[in-house]
Amino acid sequence: MDYVIELLNITKEFPGIKANDNVTLKLRPQTIHAVLGENGAGKSTLMSILFGLYQPDAGQIRVRGKDVKITNPNIANDFGIGMVHQHFKLVEEFTVVENIILGLEPKNKYGTIDIKSAAEKVAEISEKYGLRVDPYAKIKDISVGMQQRVEILKMLYRDAEILIFDEPTAVLTPQEIEELLSIMKGLIKKGKSILLITHKLAEIKQVADECSVLQKGRYIGTVKVEETDERQMAEMMVGRNVSFHVDKAEAKPKEVILEVRNLTLQGNTKKPIINDVSFDVHAGEIFCVAGIEGNGQTELVELITGLKKQTGGTVKLLGSEIQNLSIRKRTEAGIGHIPEDRHKHGLVLDYTVEQNIALQTYYKEPLSKYGIINKKEVRKLSEELIERFDVRSGKGSETTARSMSGGNQQKAIIAREVSRSPMLLIAVQPTRGLDVGAIEYIHKELISERDSGKAVLLVSLELDEVLDVADRIAVMYEGEIMDTVLSKDTNENELGLMMTGSRKAGDK
Amino acid sequence: MLQFLYEIFPYALAFTAPILITAIGGLLSERSGVVNIGLEGLMIIGSFAGAITLWAITKNAQPGDPVTIWMILAGLLASVVAGGLFSLLHAYASISLNANQIISGTAINMLAAALALFLSELITGSERLAVVTGVARVDVPGLSKIPFIGELFFTKTYFTTYMVLAIVFVVWFVLMKKPFGLRLRACGEYPQAAESMGINVIRMRYIGVFLSGCFAGLGGGILVLTYNGEFTGAVNGLGFLALATLIFGQWKPWKVVGASFFFGFMRTMSTMARVNDGLKSLGLPQELYKALPYFLTLVALVIFSKNTVGPKALGETFDSGKR
Repeated sequence: MDYVIELLNITKEFPGIKANDNVTLKLRPQTIHAVLGENGAGKSTLMSILFGLYQPDAGQIRVRGKDVKITNPNIANDFGIGMVHQHFKLVEEFTVVENIILGLEPKNKYGTIDIKSAAEKVAEISEKYGLRVDPYAKIKDISVGMQQRVEILKMLYRDAEILIFDEPTAVLTPQEIEELLSIMKGLIKKGKSILLITHKLAEIKQVADECSVLQKGRYIGTVKVEETDERQMAEMMVGRNVSFHVDKAEAKPKEVILEVRNLTLQGNTKKPIINDVSFDVHAGEIFCVAGIEGNGQTELVELITGLKKQTGGTVKLLGSEIQNLSIRKRTEAGIGHIPEDRHKHGLVLDYTVEQNIALQTYYKEPLSKYGIINKKEVRKLSEELIERFDVRSGKGSETTARSMSGGNQQKAIIAREVSRSPMLLIAVQPTRGLDVGAIEYIHKELISERDSGKAVLLVSLELDEVLDVADRIAVMYEGEIMDTVLSKDTNENELGLMMTGSRKAGDK
Repeated sequence: MLQFLYEIFPYALAFTAPILITAIGGLLSERSGVVNIGLEGLMIIGSFAGAITLWAITKNAQPGDPVTIWMILAGLLASVVAGGLFSLLHAYASISLNANQIISGTAINMLAAALALFLSELITGSERLAVVTGVARVDVPGLSKIPFIGELFFTKTYFTTYMVLAIVFVVWFVLMKKPFGLRLRACGEYPQAAESMGINVIRMRYIGVFLSGCFAGLGGGILVLTYNGEFTGAVNGLGFLALATLIFGQWKPWKVVGASFFFGFMRTMSTMARVNDGLKSLGLPQELYKALPYFLTLVALVIFSKNTVGPKALGETFDSGKR
């Protein structure tokens, strides 16, 4: 048996778009095969076809050398194909074991669910593949990384031999990513085969054996990972040269735009969440708050934008205090905000692109007059911004935000915030979960804001991004700023040490 | 005081039964993810079906002919079937057609009241339908002799009350212990997850709504065949009270039992205030007793609704592609 899965010449058309155009993909047993492509390249469609959610218009699917028709996910399961969805399909109120056995519950002699033997089987499987979980914990009480292990266990419990991972690392912390990658390696050693959908090149380099590249629905080719490098794969994916390094001129900081003094937020714990934080952000510079997730960066931004109320300290924008103003007043005073959670705080997912674009300014002329929204003006603004910021979607202004790819959702938010030309642009993890093309775009946009004399406050967890994009870097640890350094004077090591609280720059 | 409890308890228990069974029906529907605000209408349909069936069976009987238990069971069975079938309208609109569940439920309420009155007029020539002999009140042999408890729970009772409690037990058992229950609850919490595990969400939700119709119908049947004794085309807000009970009981079977008894007790007290010597002797205005149950209900809802969390996907139409 040469291949466990063969997708041959698959074509799938949706109204107005060819999602897959003659795509071929072959998975060898006991290997990890990466499927690489930008958002909207057709990776998810291809996997949905394999998993039985869609039917191909043309092409062949072979499982273990036999021609098959997969018309629904249950049939895929019967062939031993399992999928870890990007958005976990877990019932939060249920325990780990209840989620795993759902739909395939073992019963005891009274016809009731035999939770005990199920938990034992789960424990046995997790032991075998090195997936630590507590079978009786509720999903809502465990970390994202552990939730993902539950998703993997769901497939293993059903004896899946071929595992599809859909963008598995998008939601994980760096430590969790390391752990997941080693779990994947363990899985193929124990006889499983893996399809890994991703756009993160470093991960492919680290674990995959082969890599197939899609670009705008077309099949570009398959390469052996050990014979290639990240640059080459990126070029195949994007179709042009990609610069990993961000080109930017030296910053020319001018007057102070944002002045934060002694800002404090006391939570329920004894130690404050934000502890006496002070810093300035100047016009013409990108100031970055770096740190490991959960050290107060999220809350710091919430205090500045007004989503949370501080317990002490002041925030000044352009010289006047704003810490007690409403969110709208702050926005109008000159803050643009690209929020951390773009689904929750950035967009109304069931609104259209144009409605989302109008969200910050709908009540002002020209978008509305006498309290009535002028739809023509909204459309005009939206068309203009879609053009200028290259927001791609199926139906232009009328597309619902939910149906767009992550990169284009982010572009829509950036379009809305940047076009108001705020003096201070706050961007929190603006590139999380995006592909190289989109990341490059967003970095350029931040830098051009800086160069046009605005102040940019960036919060990022990615050290590469911090060092590449920022001019000055403040490292947060347990609610305090450890130190502030110039990015040209520091390196990953120094930042890493500060992030773990072990040292401040300067006390060598 | 004890004497007062002895007097009021049998009535409170009798009053609780239709609320409880309707609320348990609502629980099954809502745990599967479908709001059922149509409980009131389903109760009306059930009470009509029960009354008309008994009417049809007994209309040619001579005075003095006994009404057997089988006739009453036939009436209750008709209530169950009618409620179940009628609820399929709600299921079809809100599950298959993705209609707004509140609107569909409201439509059920309006339609049910009108339809029941119309049919009653058409068949019997009257909008009121008296049940000659309903369920008899009996002392449970043996158990009613137990001191205190026997007086409270086993004297002057309807057998339907114990039937309802037995059903609640079965519902709890199936919902919390059987695979079916786990799947039904998954559909109410995260239907997309249930679907990805091969569960037919549409079917589960149909079952949930259908059972709620059966139980609400039974509630209406019990109401008309026990202490109401007459079909009048309305159930006086008991269906909505059952809905409040469900929320108050946080969608959990045993808590719903407690909540419905609380409501039943309060309502009974306000009715009893007019006739009970103990309450009359306190010399408080009647209006106070009348207002008390509603007032206490309000207070209780305010206190408890703080940590009320219903099924996550409750009221959402099922879209399998939603992320």
